[in-house]
Amino acid sequence: MNAASTLTAPLLALSAGDWLQLFLYYLSLSLLAVGGAIATAPDMHRFLVERQAWLTDPQFNASIAIAQAAPGPNVLFIALLGWNVGLNAGGPGLAGWLLGAVGMAVCMLGIMLPSSLLTWTATRWGHRNRERRGVRAFKQGMAPVVIGLLLATSWVLTRAHGSPATAWPVWLLSAVTVVLVWRTKLHLLWMLGAGAVLGAVGWV
Amino acid sequence: MASATDFSSPAPTAPLRPQPRSPADLFWSFTWLALQGFGGVLAVVQRELVEKKRWMTNEEFVEEWAVAQIMPGPNVVNLSIMIGDRYFGLRGALAALAGMLTFPLIVVLALATVYAQFASHPAMAGALRGMGAVTAGLIAGVGIKLFASITNHPLGRPLCVAFAVLTIVAMAWLRWPLLWILLGIGGAACLLTWRKLAP
Repeated sequence: MNAASTLTAPLLALSAGDWLQLFLYYLSLSLLAVGGAIATAPDMHRFLVERQAWLTDPQFNASIAIAQAAPGPNVLFIALLGWNVGLNAGGPGLAGWLLGAVGMAVCMLGIMLPSSLLTWTATRWGHRNRERRGVRAFKQGMAPVVIGLLLATSWVLTRAHGSPATAWPVWLLSAVTVVLVWRTKLHLLWMLGAGAVLGAVGWV
Repeated sequence: MASATDFSSPAPTAPLRPQPRSPADLFWSFTWLALQGFGGVLAVVQRELVEKKRWMTNEEFVEEWAVAQIMPGPNVVNLSIMIGDRYFGLRGALAALAGMLTFPLIVVLALATVYAQFASHPAMAGALRGMGAVTAGLIAGVGIKLFASITNHPLGRPLCVAFAVLTIVAMAWLRWPLLWILLGIGGAACLLTWRKLAP
């Protein structure tokens, strides 16, 4: 592993009870994660960094940053948090990798099992009863709200880079992308690639 | 709960609609779309499943997304479970979920092991910023497209616009917690829709 993390991270001695506690913690968080797991990140910081000291602050922040930058669902930052807890417990080398895999599995199973089971059973019921007035009202009624959430999310993401006056290249790039997605069939990867190049050469 | 409601009309899915051929097809489809999803998978799901594969219409996609969003848990995880289950039951749900997570997980781990070397590089930070801006645009573009696709909503267009704008204001300016928005604004929208759907 990289030198920085092995130098600064503590070597943990995690007992079976500690692993169980980690698993139970994520189980308890699962049903609270309404609107995406990232909303519960502050609580994970409280538990993993502040209370248990199983992770360092830089490890926590890097886990989130890497998962955001990587392709795939953002929930993978939880897998990285578990991976790093395992690395801290196993130290460098094979033991660290093995415990990293254990930590990853413990955290992902914990965060996903309860919510996935609930979603699976609830949506099966909803699909069997899709002609019911209540089910139709729920699905159709939520549609404008969900679309509003998408537009707001986009706005919040762009705003994080600064106001339109100071960060106008970022806003312009976002706006051009909106038009391209809306009006053309251009492959999304071309747009992402163009964004990466524009950013890397410092235009955005 | 009485089991059988009588449907006088045939099942709403048209027989000629394209469908995933097998759980393996689901697995690779979701793998491919997850690997394209930088900074969020939603825009890619709409592009791939609605526009390319035509497994669902835009209206159906919005409805599924609404459910995936309101259920606890990561919303794209919920969405893959729901779509997979629709076609192949539990096997399909697991196949779609595995597709969504397996390869991205490997990529994330690989990135985490090389991250330290590149994290401080300014070009790397710039590239991430540029991709972040594009991601934001992708999400808004899909939102607009989905909005345009809602043509015969029971609430009618003006009320739909009003609810969408209300949601944007509540989230982006008032910074309400998501739960309030879903319960408050979403609840009101559902209630009104319920009344309009009166038999």
